[in-house]
Amino acid sequence: MYRLILNRLGLGVLTLLAVSLLIFVCTEILPGDVASAVLGNQATPESLAIFRKELGLDIPSHLRYFNWLWGALHGDLGVAMTNKRVIIDELTPRLFNTLFLAGYAAAVAIPLSVGLGILAAINEGKLTDNTANVLTLITISVPEFFIAYLLIIPLVVSLGWFPSLSTVFPGISFAQRIHITTLPAFALTLLVAAHMLRMTRSSVLSVMSSAYIEMAFLKGASRSRVIARHALPNAAGPIITVIALNIAYLVVGVVVIEAVFVYPGIGQLMVDGVAKRDVPVIQACGLVFAVVFVMLNTLADILAIVVNPRLRHRR
Amino acid sequence: MKIFGHKPPLTAWIGLAIIALNLFVAIFGPLMAPYSQSESVGGTWDVSSIKMWLGADQIGRDMLTRLIYGARMTIGVALATTIISFSIGITLGFSAAVLGGWVDTLISRLVDVILSIPLLILALIILGVFGSSIPVLILTIAVLDSTRVFRLARALGMNLTVLEYVEAARLRGERTWWIIRREILPNASAPLVSEFGLRFCFNFLFIAALSFLGLGIQPPFADWGGMVRENSAAINFGLLAPIWPAMAISVLTVGVNLVVDWLLSIEARPAGVQAEL
Repeated sequence: MYRLILNRLGLGVLTLLAVSLLIFVCTEILPGDVASAVLGNQATPESLAIFRKELGLDIPSHLRYFNWLWGALHGDLGVAMTNKRVIIDELTPRLFNTLFLAGYAAAVAIPLSVGLGILAAINEGKLTDNTANVLTLITISVPEFFIAYLLIIPLVVSLGWFPSLSTVFPGISFAQRIHITTLPAFALTLLVAAHMLRMTRSSVLSVMSSAYIEMAFLKGASRSRVIARHALPNAAGPIITVIALNIAYLVVGVVVIEAVFVYPGIGQLMVDGVAKRDVPVIQACGLVFAVVFVMLNTLADILAIVVNPRLRHRR
Repeated sequence: MKIFGHKPPLTAWIGLAIIALNLFVAIFGPLMAPYSQSESVGGTWDVSSIKMWLGADQIGRDMLTRLIYGARMTIGVALATTIISFSIGITLGFSAAVLGGWVDTLISRLVDVILSIPLLILALIILGVFGSSIPVLILTIAVLDSTRVFRLARALGMNLTVLEYVEAARLRGERTWWIIRREILPNASAPLVSEFGLRFCFNFLFIAALSFLGLGIQPPFADWGGMVRENSAAINFGLLAPIWPAMAISVLTVGVNLVVDWLLSIEARPAGVQAEL
């Protein structure tokens, strides 16, 4: 088991390296270079040369990659092209905001959807299951902003329970922060919970159709005992993997939901960076998203190894 | 009535009707729009009336007209993306399965790396470097999305290449491309059709989300995601202006999903059962 975990950790580090290279290469594949693309066709050769130097484009690209990576490892993500601010200073509070929002949504969504998913699976084909199927299919099919608007109209416009803009600022109290982020977190929860519920349901169902479950039923164990003692411990691994997969939807959802509620998170920073074509900011945000994502996935895989009953004994 | 030798249930019929309506509007839209696309015929965010069924947008253009014109752009871009994505994904996936060896390893590892971070993040990076124009948008998303198609196509191809008839074709000296086209593709087509629907939904929502962020299809083209963005301030006054385009997006994706669900339920049945139905 420990070897498996170490392997997985090593794979995580390798993935991170590969991803950082991918992000760097993506910003390098432009025909010509970033400087001429950003300055457009009004650029004079002199201004291009100055701009290239400023971006460090006069250094060969493999050296630039190592410089960038080395800097990133030391918390130096460079300086924004457009407003010359130090990226890491701008990024840190926003990263906290985003993680707070995503964590809030995950804390509600994971128990809710895993519980309902198991419930739908053990009631397969009955009313509960069918209702859950139709509702989640609809939730999956609609765009993130539509869900957000459907929440805003009753909860903000009619009832006035929540503010429609989720502006958080430094020094805000915890209670206030919770109040302000509840609506975006609720929207995110709905988005992620639907996927998670469907996938939890199908992974429990696939365990329920395996031979040892039939065996347990045949030897006369009660239904609740089969589910609690035989099915769930073996379904735990797949369910954790499902949760990790859904972090992808959470990360994608967070970018759009932040835009709807004008929430000062890292998604907004990245979208602004893309709109202004500020390459260092885009690289930095992309890297941070990738690191968070790969770390969570690695963590989930390790947890799945730890809870897998088949890997528990010493070989 | 039967389609592909099966009787669709009610939900699938609803889905098919929604898809047909959307395609009809996308093709013949300009002929049936009540006003012209750029004409201001009312005030900002006028509410629904007999003259303007869905009200007006942020500069007083008729919402229904904009929706009808937007259908062509929104659906067309998503469809083009999905077709390109499938062409790339299927070609590479089947090649990897049939050729195996270093080709397979190289493509598979590259796909693993791309899929190890969310596609939206990669799409944002590429759009940030190239700037957003419709060809860039279509190509970027098609290439990123083809990684998912690749995985499915490779898995399907892997199962088929070991079968006798592929072996027979190989032994009688057929070329790789011929084997892919004549032996593998026809036998893998059923799961690929339902995957096409799913990928279309994904790309459609993906482009809508990018347009909503202001990074997808750019004005003056009318597109549903962009229309939500342009009208988003109205929501704070409780006006429905951004809801209509968002609803148009939702209805089409729900429709496609209903059909895909039905297709998947056909495939899930074993071959013998299928013959009896």
